[in-house]
Amino acid sequence: MENRTLPLLSCKDLCVHFPVRGGVLLRQTGAVRAVDGVSLEIQPGETLGLVGESGCGKSTFGKALVRLLQPTSGEVIFQNTNITHLSQARLRPLRRDIQMIFQDPAESLDPRMSVRSIIEEPYIIHGLGSRTERLAWVNELLDRVGLPLSAAERYSFEFSGGQRQRIGIARALALKPKLIVCDEPVSALDVSVQSQILNLLVELQRDFGLCYLFIAHDLSVVKHVSDRVAVMYLGKIVELANSEQIYHNPRHAYTKALLSAVPSTNPLERRERILLEGDVPSPIDPPAGSAFGHRISHPRYNETIGMDLSLKQISNDHWVAADPCCVSEEDWEKLQ
Amino acid sequence: MSETPKKILEVDQLITSFETEKGLLRAVDHVSFSVPEGKTVGIVGESGCGKSVTAMSIVRLLPQPSGKILGGHVYFQGHDLVRASDAELRKIRGAQIGVIFQEPMAALNPVHRIGKQVSEVFRVHQKISKRDAWDAATEMLAAVRIPAPEKRMMDYPHHLSGGMRQRVVIALALACKPSLLIADEPTTALDVTVQAQILDLLKRLQAEMGMATVLITHDLGVIAETCDEVVVMYGGRVVEKASASEIFTNPLHAYTRGLLQSIPRMDTPSKSLLHTIPGTVASLADYTHGCRFCQRMGRTSPVTRERPKFAEVMPGHWVETCPECYGK
Repeated sequence: MENRTLPLLSCKDLCVHFPVRGGVLLRQTGAVRAVDGVSLEIQPGETLGLVGESGCGKSTFGKALVRLLQPTSGEVIFQNTNITHLSQARLRPLRRDIQMIFQDPAESLDPRMSVRSIIEEPYIIHGLGSRTERLAWVNELLDRVGLPLSAAERYSFEFSGGQRQRIGIARALALKPKLIVCDEPVSALDVSVQSQILNLLVELQRDFGLCYLFIAHDLSVVKHVSDRVAVMYLGKIVELANSEQIYHNPRHAYTKALLSAVPSTNPLERRERILLEGDVPSPIDPPAGSAFGHRISHPRYNETIGMDLSLKQISNDHWVAADPCCVSEEDWEKLQ
Repeated sequence: MSETPKKILEVDQLITSFETEKGLLRAVDHVSFSVPEGKTVGIVGESGCGKSVTAMSIVRLLPQPSGKILGGHVYFQGHDLVRASDAELRKIRGAQIGVIFQEPMAALNPVHRIGKQVSEVFRVHQKISKRDAWDAATEMLAAVRIPAPEKRMMDYPHHLSGGMRQRVVIALALACKPSLLIADEPTTALDVTVQAQILDLLKRLQAEMGMATVLITHDLGVIAETCDEVVVMYGGRVVEKASASEIFTNPLHAYTRGLLQSIPRMDTPSKSLLHTIPGTVASLADYTHGCRFCQRMGRTSPVTRERPKFAEVMPGHWVETCPECYGK
């Protein structure tokens, strides 16, 4: 990517491996390679979408970026600071700039705390404002996310799913962050409520110049909110492009299959469907070569063993894994 | 649709209520629809609209003791299931009506092998020997395209991925070649690529066996891909009913329209604001007698306080004719 602007956050070769222990002595016998060498940049003010099937490592990646999980290797750089190995104490001031919204608001909000104390807590932790100031801020936030002020003294379980997600968003906004990692923020919601929350996220971004990493499995939702979209498969990014390109001109076979699997709401439009056989292979023992080439039993799979399958630029703002199993022959020539 | 195809299922003015601390709450309020032989009827709506309760009322699998069918009829091949005895029902469920539940892990018993669970269906309904049942079960797993079915027969549910588990549940539901399948959110817990596999599988098996399907889902995309007819539910009532192409090209009720417009589509420009339906679904205890979508929109004029008539406004296209929600 051109270095016009300094990225807000970038990561290089980020890996998160979870040890698998076995035997009597519980020695490490293997590793789940949940995130396996991901390099990405997030520009100020943009939304980067991250899609993939369950188990592809997208949530783990989101958590590693905000250091809720310790990366195994690689580095995360936030505004020129390498935060990969910062201690929790040194990390705390940076937490004001990076916040997270979770999938299940019922689980991420403490049922014993009133909505006011949930939203106020970030201020207390960071020692901001007097009591009265904090209360004023909480009211402001409630208003901003579209909740009545009377919500403050109630408890999260008294609210519907959509309203709870609004509480989660208010909490994430409290410290005026620069980046919010949204991990499946609307997947648990009904469509009519989902559109309310998506609109709210878009408006907040416009008003506060926020930057989102938007993780979801629903391609049409991701396409709707994102400037750029990264497609993840088995711990690796296989394609990265602006959202129009991903939709109109996907280059990677996996992206094409994902797109074709999204049910269309137009019953008159019957598209060619690429049906994938089987499931995502286990990240414990991933195929040696191209993971997706292996799933579709591509004839050129053997060539890819030991090959560098990292992302290469194919056109302006469009990157794809240099994998002979997954790109067209024409594109493969171009990538060479 | 040709003239009056034979109906395999007719739900007529069904009323289902739940006994709660707040009294008897009506989750399904005079719901009627029918399923022609060999066709797929989709029931769509948001959580709490009564779609699952409707489906479970058909086979009388309501949570006990709170769930009660208080009125109406469910005619399955001429028999009224509402008045059937438990023994009759046991014979029909699994044999003539198959059910697929949303959560495959909850529908399978974690402590029994797949083989035992699938062959049990044959043992119960067809009274055949253990060995024959086992062979039939293996065949059934192959029919739902589970690779290496002989090996999978010896597995436990937790050995399988979500998609494979859902295939086992489908195998259970289809084992006795039912003439009606009730699928309650069969793909909601699955990834899109696996969802596409399962929907494709269901379509093929349906064509092979000539069975009719009631598909319950909140996903309008799934409806568009699979259904011949669509029933849109809101607040325990049917607000619109028509063929799938009618629903998507000519939705008449404000709720159906709102639902269709709120979905982000691949061809809408990024970051544009989506259409939203304000408010949230009222809880069962607060349902008004009048138009429930007007209740959500906060409309309280005298006309909205009457229960709107459900009328056929075009051939085969039925809609709740609330003056506010229809015709504006």
